[in-house]
Amino acid sequence: MKFIDEYRNREMVKRLASAIRYEAGGHYRFMEVCGSHTHAVRRHGLLSLLPANIRLLSGPGCPVCVSDQSFIDKIIYLAGMKGFTITTFGDLERVPGNEKSLASSREEGADIRIVYSPLEALDIAAKNPKREVVFPAIGFETTAPATAITLQKARKANIRNFSVLSAHKIMPPAMHAVIDDGIKINGYICPGHVSSITGSKIYNVFPEKYHVAAVVAGFEPMDILQSVLMLVRQVNYRNFHTEIQYKRAVTVDGNSIAQDVINDVFEEQDDIWRGFGVLPKSGLKPREKYSNWNAEHRFDFPKYNSVPDTSCICGEILKGKKEPEDCMLFGKSCNPQHPVGACMVSPEGCCNAHFKYQLHELQD
Amino acid sequence: MCLSVPAKIESVNGSKARVSIGGNKYQADISLLENAENGDYILLHAGFGIQKISEQHAKETLQLIDEINRKT
Ligand code: SF4
Repeated sequence: MKFIDEYRNREMVKRLASAIRYEAGGHYRFMEVCGSHTHAVRRHGLLSLLPANIRLLSGPGCPVCVSDQSFIDKIIYLAGMKGFTITTFGDLERVPGNEKSLASSREEGADIRIVYSPLEALDIAAKNPKREVVFPAIGFETTAPATAITLQKARKANIRNFSVLSAHKIMPPAMHAVIDDGIKINGYICPGHVSSITGSKIYNVFPEKYHVAAVVAGFEPMDILQSVLMLVRQVNYRNFHTEIQYKRAVTVDGNSIAQDVINDVFEEQDDIWRGFGVLPKSGLKPREKYSNWNAEHRFDFPKYNSVPDTSCICGEILKGKKEPEDCMLFGKSCNPQHPVGACMVSPEGCCNAHFKYQLHELQD
Repeated sequence: MCLSVPAKIESVNGSKARVSIGGNKYQADISLLENAENGDYILLHAGFGIQKISEQHAKETLQLIDEINRKT
């Protein structure tokens, strides 16, 4: 087994889609809160396989998209400082700040390096002791353990020219915010890889408190369609509970080693989400013992605006209130080559996925 | 960036492993995993193994899907 192709069987996908059409008698609105789901749904043309009475909404699950404008501007500020090196995941490079992006900072001479893992960033710091190496840490519970282990290693080896600007976030507060904001949904397609770390138990509150269905889904076409079918059934029978479709990688309790590492390094803080504003205890900042490696603590920053100075409606899209096509810039002045907003940058961003795969779906 | 992909462990050296994704080789940190061994598939994310993939559950899921389809 390779754990990919087996879940892309065209025949099985079609048969799953007809099972969904057969059982879906009412109207359903399900939200996926993971950028990789948004991407997979579009990439595999799954929307065209679903009946019109099932709507899939994209929620606040793309880390690049939900990171606040002021976070982007802070990294760009550090990139412009003498002696600084910014080591970043590639997705952040082209996110527009209020004045420019990291990519344009590089054209102006800033030292920006793309890394695949925070460990590479630490390695760059160890090899360049005269430079201040900063890693802008984005991502949900999936990515936080990687940053946490890197900080543990930095502290142990006492590498003091390395620091992290943390925009790490945790998923449940945003899922609460969607519901509290009055967005009508019948079910959550819960993020599979976040759940690999946290376990599925963190979603129990949604069926129990709000009567919203919850299924932890994998990322292949059959995974997603099976999850939709499971959600339809929960709604049909009003039997709301947390189910795991992605059993090959998710358990109820999750990865306890990773949870311990997160707890050792990070503590929760109120954090700003694009589109939502400040959500209580929704972000992770390094604990006091890691202050030396916390860029927020180490450096002084100017005050930055939270809201981008454009007509971008990313914030509304991240709440599932609007579609990319509702934005007057979509596909015109905003496209993957020239992104105006964060949602057009990352492959997990809703606008990016809509733009890239719209033709694909028409053909399907 | 949230991408996590199945990778096969080819050799283990302490908390490090060499893994293969579709024939391409990568270095992975496996300190978040308990008893990861050669031949295991893991989810690789940002250079770290974040979970072992269960072959048994993978097969059960496929079987379940097959049964759903047969009934409709
Ligand atoms: S199309 Fe561009 S400008 Fe419009 S909401 Fe999406 S990212 Fe923002």
